[in-house]
Amino acid sequence: MSALAEVFEEAGLATVGISSVRGQAERARAPRMLHCEFPLGRPLGRPGDAAFQHRVMAAAFALLPRTDVPVLVDFDEVIIDDADQPLSCSLPPRHDPSLHPAVDEAIGLRAAYERRRATTGTTNVTRFGGPDQVAGLVDMFVRITAGTPWDAVDLEPIRLGQAALDIRAYYEEAALALADHVPAARQAESWFYRTTAAGKVLREAQGIIRAADAPRPAWFPLVPTGQPPA
Amino acid sequence: MTQQPTEHDNHAGGSDALVRRGVEGVEVFDFGGTACTTAPPLADARVAIVTTAGLRPDGLATWSQGQGFVVIDGDARALTLAHSSPNFDRTGLAMDVNVVYPVDRLAELAASGVIGSVASKHLSFMGAQPDHTLATLRLDSGPAAAALLKADGVDVVFLTPV
Repeated sequence: MSALAEVFEEAGLATVGISSVRGQAERARAPRMLHCEFPLGRPLGRPGDAAFQHRVMAAAFALLPRTDVPVLVDFDEVIIDDADQPLSCSLPPRHDPSLHPAVDEAIGLRAAYERRRATTGTTNVTRFGGPDQVAGLVDMFVRITAGTPWDAVDLEPIRLGQAALDIRAYYEEAALALADHVPAARQAESWFYRTTAAGKVLREAQGIIRAADAPRPAWFPLVPTGQPPA
Repeated sequence: MTQQPTEHDNHAGGSDALVRRGVEGVEVFDFGGTACTTAPPLADARVAIVTTAGLRPDGLATWSQGQGFVVIDGDARALTLAHSSPNFDRTGLAMDVNVVYPVDRLAELAASGVIGSVASKHLSFMGAQPDHTLATLRLDSGPAAAALLKADGVDVVFLTPV
């Protein structure tokens, strides 16, 4: 982002940006940056809180008159993620005992996922053709945990990572329909990885794929760095 | 026997603190100085958002533009997230696009006269590029993006990460 600021300023556009990793911002020396120690993924701080977002923008725009660049100022409030407080929302009961619990679970969450999609009109579950494919993607990782080599599932390494992102998006969007409040940052992520059968499968699959010396795109996106290993 | 702490035992300050420690030292391109354009008075400024979140207005959640960008029409709100890193919260954006892409906040600032106007189009790039020289962005897509914004009368850019 700092490189874009440089290019734009060279072209005659004044810039101000939000920094989320202070050390990078210091070294990149972008013209005007407001460092916000907020959860990664929420650079304006609080979803659904227009007043707070306006505070952040006012602090950023206050830097625009500055020409003593580079300017790097810290916002006056810090927000910490709640990864250690997984969202509390119910999982569907077993429906088809013939299926692996993770596959059965994914199918059982479809109604919640659809409620969320109907509310927002959008979804991030798009990399493999939509929600109809999610149970099959979960089953693919189940097979890897059961001994199928990662390179025998007929997906390029980068597509394995994308499959995990689709599964996670499906679960997190379903969780937003099941939750009765606005979750803090990473609460839905921790619910998925620490309490669901599919999250457990992804954690196990990541360990197996990484141990097999697969390329990084095949295992890195499967589990966030901050989640405990399987 | 004393066990050595693992990286997962040591994330006081939240999971993000662990991620931040891992990327603090990532190589950044050295421009050898800091360019500076004098901003117009905010009340006269036409403001665009340029995000590095890899947002897309076309329903796709994969990124094929490399160091290029996509154009987001000012009316678009149904955006998908094509960033491939697992290491940030994704539910904030799912609940409120403004927490990454504050286009409604800009409209409110324009309506109240705090800023002059809002650009008709905004831009999305992909952050965390593996090529830290960013040659394509510096020499091609970045200047092209600047030209596109200037053609829309933009004079201030608000940059947001994810």
